[in-house]
Amino acid sequence: MKLTKLLTTAAMALGLATAAVAADKTKVGFIYVGPRNDGGWSQHHHEAAVEMAKHFGDKVEIVEQENVPEGADAERVITQMALQGADLIFTTSFGFMDPTVNVAKKFPNVKFEHATGYKTAPNVSVYSARFYEGRAIQGTLAGRMTKSNVVGYIASYPIPEVIRGINSAYIHAKKVNPNVKFKIVWAFTWFDPAKEADAAKVLIEQGADVILQHTDSTAPHAAAQAAGNVYTFGQAADMAEYGPMPRISSIIDVWAPYYIQRTQAVIDGSWASVNTWDGIKAGMVGIGEISDVVPADVKAEAVALQDAIVSGAYHPFTGPLNKQDGTPWLAAGEVADDGALAGLNFYVEGIEGAIPQ
Amino acid sequence: MDMSAINPVLLLASLIVAATPLLLAAIGELVVEKSGVLNLGVEGMMITGAICGFAIAVNTGSPLLGLLAAAMGGAVLSLLFAILTQFALANQVASGLALTLFGLGISALLGQGFQGEKAPAFPKTDIPLLSDIPAVGHILFSHDIVVYLAFLLTLGVWLVLKYTRVGLILRAVGENHDAAHALGYKVVRIRVLAIMFGGACAGLGGAYISLIRVPQWTEGMTAGIGWIALALVVFASWKPWRVLLGACLFGGVNVLQLNLQAAGFAIPVEYLAMSPYLITILVLVIMSADRSSAPASLGRSFHASQ
Amino acid sequence: MIRLEKRPQPSQLWTYLTPVLAVLLTMIAGGALFAFLGKDPFEAIRTIFWDPLFSEFAFYYRPQLLVKGAPLVLIAIGLSLGFRAGIWNIGAEGQYIVGAICGAGVALALYPMEAFWLFPAMVIAGALGGMLWAMIPALLKVKFGTNEILVSLMLVYVAENLLASMAVGLLKNPEGFGFPGSRNLQQYPSAHNAELITGSGMHWGVVAALIAVIFAYVLLNRHMLGFHIRLTGEAPRAARFAGVRPARLILFCLGTSGALAGMAGLFEVSGPSGQIGIDFGSGYGFTAIIVAFLGRLHPVGILLAGGLMALTYIGGEIAQSNLGLPSSAIQLFQGMLLFFLLAVDVLTNFRIRLTNKAEVA
Repeated sequence: MKLTKLLTTAAMALGLATAAVAADKTKVGFIYVGPRNDGGWSQHHHEAAVEMAKHFGDKVEIVEQENVPEGADAERVITQMALQGADLIFTTSFGFMDPTVNVAKKFPNVKFEHATGYKTAPNVSVYSARFYEGRAIQGTLAGRMTKSNVVGYIASYPIPEVIRGINSAYIHAKKVNPNVKFKIVWAFTWFDPAKEADAAKVLIEQGADVILQHTDSTAPHAAAQAAGNVYTFGQAADMAEYGPMPRISSIIDVWAPYYIQRTQAVIDGSWASVNTWDGIKAGMVGIGEISDVVPADVKAEAVALQDAIVSGAYHPFTGPLNKQDGTPWLAAGEVADDGALAGLNFYVEGIEGAIPQ
Repeated sequence: MDMSAINPVLLLASLIVAATPLLLAAIGELVVEKSGVLNLGVEGMMITGAICGFAIAVNTGSPLLGLLAAAMGGAVLSLLFAILTQFALANQVASGLALTLFGLGISALLGQGFQGEKAPAFPKTDIPLLSDIPAVGHILFSHDIVVYLAFLLTLGVWLVLKYTRVGLILRAVGENHDAAHALGYKVVRIRVLAIMFGGACAGLGGAYISLIRVPQWTEGMTAGIGWIALALVVFASWKPWRVLLGACLFGGVNVLQLNLQAAGFAIPVEYLAMSPYLITILVLVIMSADRSSAPASLGRSFHASQ
Repeated sequence: MIRLEKRPQPSQLWTYLTPVLAVLLTMIAGGALFAFLGKDPFEAIRTIFWDPLFSEFAFYYRPQLLVKGAPLVLIAIGLSLGFRAGIWNIGAEGQYIVGAICGAGVALALYPMEAFWLFPAMVIAGALGGMLWAMIPALLKVKFGTNEILVSLMLVYVAENLLASMAVGLLKNPEGFGFPGSRNLQQYPSAHNAELITGSGMHWGVVAALIAVIFAYVLLNRHMLGFHIRLTGEAPRAARFAGVRPARLILFCLGTSGALAGMAGLFEVSGPSGQIGIDFGSGYGFTAIIVAFLGRLHPVGILLAGGLMALTYIGGEIAQSNLGLPSSAIQLFQGMLLFFLLAVDVLTNFRIRLTNKAEVA
């Protein structure tokens, strides 16, 4: 392909040029799907980027682009960053997967890191977090804290990531509270405060007194606060401003250590394509402070679960587990493998309702 | 599946909350369209109102001042549209779209420091006696004052349009601006005022979202509600009471589908979401058949020399 | 007191001068905005207007201008025909989406069959899809006199919901691990709208846009139908005496604009975008309305206006990553440009006079 050659040559020429100008400055690009102050997903990547830059000081320069639509525009924005001499580019949304892989083909000397995707290449790594580990802890807290035995769940899109979270939360809520019921609402958005607020209100009206969310805004917390005796959990960010009530804990995306580690690898020349799927143990999933509203014994139970996951003694998806229709999935003591978890597309036994198609 | 999980009283009460921003924006746009102007920039004015209201409410600690600022912000932005379309005689469709783009940009810029801030709480105002009526009281008379304001505004617009001279002039300008001009009415001045009223209402609607319904500020948080308000005016065939009905329907579809989902019904969300628009088209067709359709001068520029 | 006086003829001079004036005004106001945000205004303006064309990496940006501008021009050309005749299709966004769904649907239904006729079939399906979507307001207008502005706008929302349903349902990639979005047509050779000359940005959509410009120019200036369109817009009553059949004109104008918008959607989904996804509708249909007006509804004007819009998009992206400007500032800047372009157009058709207050009507 002629274009490939042209771009590669240009990139290499540029690589030489930048090498000459600023031999020791590594340029790292970040591409966000939302505004960098969205209070959730994109903001967390942005803050991690800033923390990474601070860690390296003069050695690293970061460039950022926010509000990048997924699709054709993403490919141009990524190419542009590569052209301008970025050595390493983080593309931080699932929808950037194909554009990232396309651009990576044209710039073999630039390293790419794509969040939450599954396509790798010699110069493309993927990274994601095992959020379902955090969901297990949330589920335990939810099962213990609910008085109405109704837990509301605001889901975004019916993808494995979200379904894993629902299953993990349900399994652990059920374990500590056999009477617990989940009410699941699909918002079909990652971020729409008005819709999330409505969803939370509806769940509360239908008797839920604990709300879990897989959407990124703090609107459900505000709705819970207005309602009174409802507990919520921070998502992506700690959302500590809503603690100690209604927010009683949170799952925090902790990207900075990973960004530091990968940037260091580029500086050292030791960067290699990897498929990272880290959890609480590696520090990629953070569990926000469990607030004092939670009784001490429940808190201790949640912390014990967290410790067991960290030590590797316990895996949130351990049999015996049946699928929703009652057919066996995992035998007693059997642990779900990563392949099965990556493509998880069914509810476990006990959850009511169907996954929308 | 459990229909009994849905409490009809709570459902109707939250439906009214969901309808309020739509009602505010749509009742303003109705007045604008009645004067013969089509302003497609409702979304831009709403989001500008949302941040103006939020910023002032956070800085002063007074949600009421916030509402006032939101109305002013919306009106000032709409003035840009008025200048373009009434004085520079630019095309209204293009100007309205440009206004939306501009409003989304300026609100995001203004709001940069306000992300993560919490707005001062907005008190609920139970109307004495009335709010004690079982069921009805909770549905209708136990809300914040903006809900009542929106309702009164609808009533006011209806009265003014139907029974007053001002309303008559407004409609005359919208039906036939040349004839209205010949009769000595100041077409441009009336339209500018109508546009600013529309802007103020849209701004209030936006602030309702950022100060009461959500309540917080995030970029692009109106998420298309302004566009729905436009559809709503058409659905209502430019009649205030039907705007009220339509706001409940359009706002209600979302609340209802969330309720059905939470109760365990598997519903095709997208098809339910598109239904209000299909109904609107149907209404349009029925309306055009009985010839009591849109203001005749809608969307046309006016210049005295023509 | 300022008073506008209608010119007997639109001023030739101002027709050419107003866009330049508007760009200059935008540079001044935008420069002030950027300075207010603490950026060097000259550098920001240069980055937006100059860098995409003449910077070190212009070899990449220039083709991207074609990729970004082509759908805008293609849709705007179709819209301008109707706008000239007073037929207001503002639902091009919906027609764009439906065209993309229909065109991509053909490819996805036949996957993984490779055939030379597949891409032409997709183009036809895309055009037909867009046309059918536009025929709804057209037929309703002809049959019942329903307002086409409002019906076409309503159909945008319907199309967006249809798109969401397709992306998570019928057209979802069966190998995509349940994520929303269809298969990527870029990886399906027969269906891929690839660049015709690599590195040029030229794909079939760009070719189609250029053909549409020429076709529209000839139609409007050399053809009876074009005369009818212009006549209907300028003097509807005279048009009726001249034998124009309004119903046919409505069907033609809405049908053509729908077909072009549908084709634009198909070229986008099979090329630069690659897949049907929830966010596929990126607002091209609405931006094209603005482009049509900026181009003064003239085919060549639209070509230039499409280029200018593309320039601000790409220049804006560069300014974001190089200067750290927030994307909202770029959006605001584009809004200003549109305002000024729309506002100064008044000089083309009107003369500004200073008069005594007493004379004011």
